[in-house]
Amino acid sequence: MKKPQNTNSEFSAWMRRGTPWVWLNAGAVAICIVMVVGLLILLTVRGMSHFWPRDVLQANYAPPTSTGELLTTQLIGEFVESEMVVAGQIASSGIPIDETQDFYERQLLKLGNRDLTGADFTWALSDFVKDVEYPLEVVAMERREWGNFYGFLEAIHQDGVPIAFSGEALDIEANRWFEFNRRLDRALNIRDDIYVIENEEIGLINYAMERLRLRERRLQLDGEESPETTTEIAARRQELNAEYGVLQRKLIALYETVNRDSAIFLAANEQEIEIVFADIVRAYKPNQMGPFSKLLTYFSKLGEFMTAEPREANTEGGIFPAIFGTVMMVMLMSVFVTPFGVVAAVYLREYARQGFVTRAIRIAVNNLAGVPSIVYGVFGLGFFIYIIGAEIDQVFYPEALPAPTFGTPGLLWASLTLALLTVPVVIVATEEGLARIPRSVREGSLALGATKFETLWRVVLPMASPAMMTGLILAVARAAGEVAPLMLVGVVKLAPSLPLDGNYPYLHLEQKFMHLGFHIYDVGFQSPNIEAARPLVFATALLLVIVIASLNLTAVALRNHLREKYKALDV
Amino acid sequence: MNDTSSEQTEGAPLTSMKVDVSAVLGDKTKTGGETLSSCIDIEDLNLFYSKDKQALIDINLTIPKQRVTAFIGPSGCGKSSLLRCFNRMNDLVDDCVIEGLVSLDGIDIYQKSIDVADLRRRVGMVFQKPNPFPKSIYENVAYGLRIQGINSKRILDDAVEKSLMAAALWDEVKDRLNDSALGMSGGQQQRLVIARTIAVEPEVLLLDEPASALDPISTLKIEELINELKTDYTIVIVTHNMQQAARVSDFTAFMYMGNMVEFDSTNSIFTNPRQKQTEDYITGRYG
Repeated sequence: MKKPQNTNSEFSAWMRRGTPWVWLNAGAVAICIVMVVGLLILLTVRGMSHFWPRDVLQANYAPPTSTGELLTTQLIGEFVESEMVVAGQIASSGIPIDETQDFYERQLLKLGNRDLTGADFTWALSDFVKDVEYPLEVVAMERREWGNFYGFLEAIHQDGVPIAFSGEALDIEANRWFEFNRRLDRALNIRDDIYVIENEEIGLINYAMERLRLRERRLQLDGEESPETTTEIAARRQELNAEYGVLQRKLIALYETVNRDSAIFLAANEQEIEIVFADIVRAYKPNQMGPFSKLLTYFSKLGEFMTAEPREANTEGGIFPAIFGTVMMVMLMSVFVTPFGVVAAVYLREYARQGFVTRAIRIAVNNLAGVPSIVYGVFGLGFFIYIIGAEIDQVFYPEALPAPTFGTPGLLWASLTLALLTVPVVIVATEEGLARIPRSVREGSLALGATKFETLWRVVLPMASPAMMTGLILAVARAAGEVAPLMLVGVVKLAPSLPLDGNYPYLHLEQKFMHLGFHIYDVGFQSPNIEAARPLVFATALLLVIVIASLNLTAVALRNHLREKYKALDV
Repeated sequence: MNDTSSEQTEGAPLTSMKVDVSAVLGDKTKTGGETLSSCIDIEDLNLFYSKDKQALIDINLTIPKQRVTAFIGPSGCGKSSLLRCFNRMNDLVDDCVIEGLVSLDGIDIYQKSIDVADLRRRVGMVFQKPNPFPKSIYENVAYGLRIQGINSKRILDDAVEKSLMAAALWDEVKDRLNDSALGMSGGQQQRLVIARTIAVEPEVLLLDEPASALDPISTLKIEELINELKTDYTIVIVTHNMQQAARVSDFTAFMYMGNMVEFDSTNSIFTNPRQKQTEDYITGRYG
């Protein structure tokens, strides 16, 4: 009788001490941490492992066929993943297997060679994959078109004539590989030159031509044409055309030299294929590489991912334009939203008469933050683009019509739409900051003969600046993650150029741009090659997280600096 | 509150008391060989925080120039409200209504043409709790001058040094003028606020319980400072502390529940109060 009572009192003491409450709180925090860390680990592992140069296997695959005859195919490629499948599912796909076994393991292999086989990836039943080996001489290659290639280097041709190598078999192999890399470097260098001419120099001329055309049209529209301007424009056009001709000839010559060399490869199933060096991005022999050289290749691929432009419908290459577009848009958004939100908050808190109307406005502003973002996108399209943009075109860019300049989705409208989306956050945060400034400090300033405006400007606003930064941090966090409204007001799958370049006026607010969030959507859902794109979805998502985190950390650092400077008084 | 006030008016002529300063301080004026002129005149001042909350009732008072006048009285008696009428700080309070006349050097400070910012520059104020700005010591003192558009480094340097010396703070901070004012002790902060106030060269200094948040040593320093400053400024000080009023002031006004009970030279108030209420308060029978 005594014992249960004792436990009971112990239990109630335990309850009264609040121990379960502490455990509950700590548990909630722990779950949060686990989820965040888990998210980051998942993104990192699935996204970042994509760039690791994996060993290439060679195997014979002979699945049972309905006719009973054994068709053996050779597989050369990378192992991606394996999974267990119900036997019935395989049987129903036409492979006559023994259905007494419930599950079969199948593996996903990246075979590349899309130009030969039509598909990059294939599923193979592990039970029928035989003679697996990792030949040292196998070459893995990334190409500008048709995806990866796996095979063996047979010969190198210059102008269609094979180059001879002498010596022992091993030496020949090594010399050929050495020669291959030498010629690949040469081709890549020429490729760089071609890129510069095509994208920068010719781009510059095209830009100048377009401006010239617009100027001519403008003069026509304004009725200010004169023989002098006409001849001047014609002369300038001729000049540009001449420059263009020079570049064109240079380009043709470069293409000829870059196409001089080609290599003969032996792919799986003894298929021979000739590949021009100009089409190769990167080639390596993964089965010969040690961990260190694999690491080098890994970082080179990772670097390409972060700094290069996308290739092959965004499934290959890099995502630099998307990173750039995201950062650019968020920065522009900050430039628009901060002054606007702060000024509105100052009026609401400091000048407006506190009453029914102010309260109603405050409620409306708070509710604005709850409007679905796609609605803002629709508003941006309907108001900014169709009304304001069209008006701007009429007034300032009549020469370009009917092609719209600002009357079409673009960076400016996307930033403004997101600014509108995030302005309630800034207003609320700033208002709270203003409310926290002690009355005594304001009075101190007023008592020295400062007007209300001077007090605001010299004392109150600086002291409230950390709160404004808090608002900006929240705004950036929200804006950087938005995708839905952007699809309506300026984001595209592939933008031809960055919105910031060397052509006057340097920042092209009217241009469409790429965005990491949209890139994830595009690669994940709109890709023709879903298996190749999947790791990129994770890698891009990780990068988006990193970009948002670094934008936020910058703002947080700035806020902490301000906080230190305007440390609140203990009043 | 209205009831009490009417009772008091019926009972004794405690309110509506116009004090003739020279008459009150007749002996002092004679011995000092100088005549006292008035600085702030208050006539029939009523202050309402809302319709049925009257904080000041028919105040009549004349504050003498270049003397220290102390307001004493229990909490909530309207000392601070009265003080804040002199630089129109009550304007910041919503729904605050002021009736009557407050004039500085003969000019009504509540008339429309008065520039409030300029008035506040002429009538400086120091608050109960030190309220330095989150800026450097130098910038705190220079603030009022910068507001006036003075940006010349030479003038500012001179003014900062002069004000900090006048506030007896110069020796303590001269080597760290660019440090944040928030790192100073409470007493130093309060002297900094006084330095900041006298940097703009006001005519009147209003001190609203300037030492109540400070330790005894800092309090002593502030009191010494008041003694030094009174040769140049008209000082009005609100205090809870009667000893402090007795120590620093030349004149003392005793207020009770919004009424001006008695105003006289400090000596007379503390040695020979004319009103019973004053005597009771001073001897500690209530309040």
